[in-house]
Amino acid sequence: MKHETRKATLHVNQNEGLIFEKSSAGKAAWKLPPLDVPEVDTAKLLGSSERKDFGNMPEVSEIEIIRHFTRLSTWNYAIDLGMYPLGSCTMKYNPRVNEAVARVEGIANGHPYQPEKISQGALQILKTLSECLIDITGMDAITMQPAAGAHGEMTGLLMVRAYHHSKGRPRKKILIPDSAHGTNPATAAMVDYAVENLKSDSRGMVDIAALEAQMNEDVAALMLTNPNTLGVFEQQIHKIADILHAKGGLLYMDGANMNALVGKVRPGDFGVDVMHLNLHKTFSTPHGGGGPGSGPVAIKKILEPFLPTPVLVTKADGALTFNYDRPQSVGRVRAFYGNFGMFVRALAYIQANGPDGLRQTTEDAVLNANYIRKGLEGTYDLPYSTPTMHEVVFSDKLQAKKGVRTMDIAKRLIDYGFHPYTTAFPLIVPGALMIEPTESESKEEMDLFVEAMKSIAQEVEEDPQTVLDAPHSTRVSRLDETAAARKPVLRWKPAV
Amino acid sequence: MLKAIGLRSVDELFAPIPAEYRLSRDLKVPRQMAESEIVDYFRQRSRENGEGYTSFLGAGAYAHYRPVIIDSLISRGEFLTAYTPYQAEISQGTLQSIFEFQTMICELTGMEVANASMYDGSTAAAEAVMMAVRLTGRRSVVVAKSLHPEYREVLATYATHQGMPLSVAGFGADGRVNVSELEKLITAETAAVLIQSPNFFGTIENVAAIADLAHKNGAMLVVSIAEAVSLGIVEPPREADVIAMEAQSFGVPLGFGGPYCGVIATREKYVRQMPGRLVGQTVDKQGRRGFVLTLATREQHIRREKATSNICTNQALVALMVNIFMTVYGKVGLKELAKQNLAKTAYATGQFAKHGKLLFAGAPRFNEFVVDTGEDPKAINHRLLERKIVGGLPLKKFYPELGNAALWCCTELTTRSSIDTAVGLVAESDGVKRSANEDAAVEEVAR
Repeated sequence: MKHETRKATLHVNQNEGLIFEKSSAGKAAWKLPPLDVPEVDTAKLLGSSERKDFGNMPEVSEIEIIRHFTRLSTWNYAIDLGMYPLGSCTMKYNPRVNEAVARVEGIANGHPYQPEKISQGALQILKTLSECLIDITGMDAITMQPAAGAHGEMTGLLMVRAYHHSKGRPRKKILIPDSAHGTNPATAAMVDYAVENLKSDSRGMVDIAALEAQMNEDVAALMLTNPNTLGVFEQQIHKIADILHAKGGLLYMDGANMNALVGKVRPGDFGVDVMHLNLHKTFSTPHGGGGPGSGPVAIKKILEPFLPTPVLVTKADGALTFNYDRPQSVGRVRAFYGNFGMFVRALAYIQANGPDGLRQTTEDAVLNANYIRKGLEGTYDLPYSTPTMHEVVFSDKLQAKKGVRTMDIAKRLIDYGFHPYTTAFPLIVPGALMIEPTESESKEEMDLFVEAMKSIAQEVEEDPQTVLDAPHSTRVSRLDETAAARKPVLRWKPAV
Repeated sequence: MLKAIGLRSVDELFAPIPAEYRLSRDLKVPRQMAESEIVDYFRQRSRENGEGYTSFLGAGAYAHYRPVIIDSLISRGEFLTAYTPYQAEISQGTLQSIFEFQTMICELTGMEVANASMYDGSTAAAEAVMMAVRLTGRRSVVVAKSLHPEYREVLATYATHQGMPLSVAGFGADGRVNVSELEKLITAETAAVLIQSPNFFGTIENVAAIADLAHKNGAMLVVSIAEAVSLGIVEPPREADVIAMEAQSFGVPLGFGGPYCGVIATREKYVRQMPGRLVGQTVDKQGRRGFVLTLATREQHIRREKATSNICTNQALVALMVNIFMTVYGKVGLKELAKQNLAKTAYATGQFAKHGKLLFAGAPRFNEFVVDTGEDPKAINHRLLERKIVGGLPLKKFYPELGNAALWCCTELTTRSSIDTAVGLVAESDGVKRSANEDAAVEEVAR
């Protein structure tokens, strides 16, 4: 008998097909209870609206479904497997108690339109979290409605627009630093503002002279990320706010990097008028492969009349209720009240930390980023020597000489068991390597990371091809993205 | 670690922050709690939040059974704690599951392409309309009054600064879009007609007729589907150009309104104007099948202010719930499930019709219906609430012209006995003389 050792890549776990390819007629994973009301004649009730054709929907058994998705899951990297140093994404540990409390019956199954009398539990969660976030940001009021950071940006700019409109002077443009996230200019466009680019100075901060020159009464707001995407705190923040305010403009803060500030400094105290938070970054709600997020917008008093409807208020008897009578409101940005399930998780995170824990979280996040910076300085080019907060940006300048770019180094990092850092962003650093360890990583894990990065730098010198061809250890090698975009195949179809 | 960096204290790390802005006090947040205390806190909130009530509420958020394996699978850390699948080689699990999701949404809606998800049904509808504005080069929009009122509000917010004039087409005696009114509202400037089917009243719209009207005038038809389970038995709006869906019904908990799962589906020829992430099939260096995020040149991280939308984070994990739900029920189960919803509703409408006026009776419906009672529905709901039943949604807030009407919903989870109990309490209407005291209590129930 001939024995043949199969390669791992041929193993069934590694070759799970599409669910449609496992389907066959008659298999089922569902069971309905017997009907306790009379059967109906569908054709009679629906007439021509009755559906006849179900296309290629699958028919599979429960164990097949469990295996299918379990096998797929093993092809993913995850925080639970190791360090996820994605800059500006704040991939911190997602506590499991958050998941448990989000699934408690009355919280998981509350209907958004159930009477307020039996919704006080949910409203209390909403209120407590709102109060925490208001104190954390140093602002005066908050809306929890936006579903994600970009949605929060839109909500914030809508309020900025409404504010200027109420002053009788609608303005035309938003200033956005060249280091900003792509969502900032995209959002400004959605709210019909022109975008004007603001350049950074040699230290990676807002160029104050440029800001002074560009600031005028056509400018509605400056959208600033602080610490910015280089992980640098805008030291002249008070001056920036003054320049804006002197000409009637507002300061919008993108709170993506709030993990560097919580408990240590509050945006409301340094002149910010409006900002969004990302509960899925700073407040530990899981990224879930791309969402859901939650993007509350905190504001100063002057913007309060413009909050989206409804607004949570406390009645004389202490009961909580939604107020819909808000004549100056920008309107609704989402049906119902926002991604409530994320509020539950964020509040559980705040409770698990308390004031001391939140402060320490921030300190650890900044300490970790600086530890990595120290470890990799010299091995990788550090384009800005300005002090680092929660993330550090290197460039591939040294490695590019050998034809190896940031994306290649990132792919090679996969072979060492780490998720890549953020590549090629911010745009002001050519070939950027943007690293944010978060507070979740231990010294041991970071030492392994630094060692891996150093080892890759050495490989670039000795054997650049290994790096260029990486990853070598994954189920699939580098995928042809150009072909995917040229002739898009966006759904499965049965073979003909 | 401080020593390695060459610092003496953590405070030195925060030196770049001007001293006058540094916080010198504790944050005003709850004190640190043990895990057991946190669980306790939320259990208490749960008890104050309708735990143990039977509900007849729908209106864009539907109570369907959630197969247990949904939570078992989405709780796997590899799904739960993964980031957006930009690094395709170590994200094939997420990517392949989204590809399957896109495929099943196409099969169910009759469309050719579907995206990886939007925030929810309301924002999906608004973004679908903006997509039609870009595609037609026109700006005005006609919206059905029978579209979820909160979806209409969201569209109004999105449209404000896009220079998109909105007009509203009313509904007729059968609860469906008044077609002759609609015809007058569609002009050569109309980019899109936005309707919902089954609509807010549960009634199935005459999509083909509305599509004809829109297309005849060069406008696009956008159809919103808020009750996804209807797709198991109701013909999908195949005549639509864009479908904007809320997939919450497919295995997503009610969760007091979110997170839910919006989706946009459309024709292949419109894909480059679609917002949101898309997963496409490709091959690796060895020619093996694999999946990647694709057509990213539509998106904000590449196109910045010229992107089709500012959306970045979507509802990936919720889309995975939807995906697993669709897989569990599949070709046969979805139909049987929808049929049970239809049967429960047929029974309930029959019973309610005996004691109240059933509005919009002339058109086919799925699992919602409108009952007009002599008595204020808030008073009825007050009575029901004492029996731990949440009655239909009073419509006066959204439609003052509908007076004492309320929107009721039945799903496969609604039992015959709860229907009978509710109907019995509604029937008390005529005999009830309310005291001033009760009136005050009624106000509390009101929203």
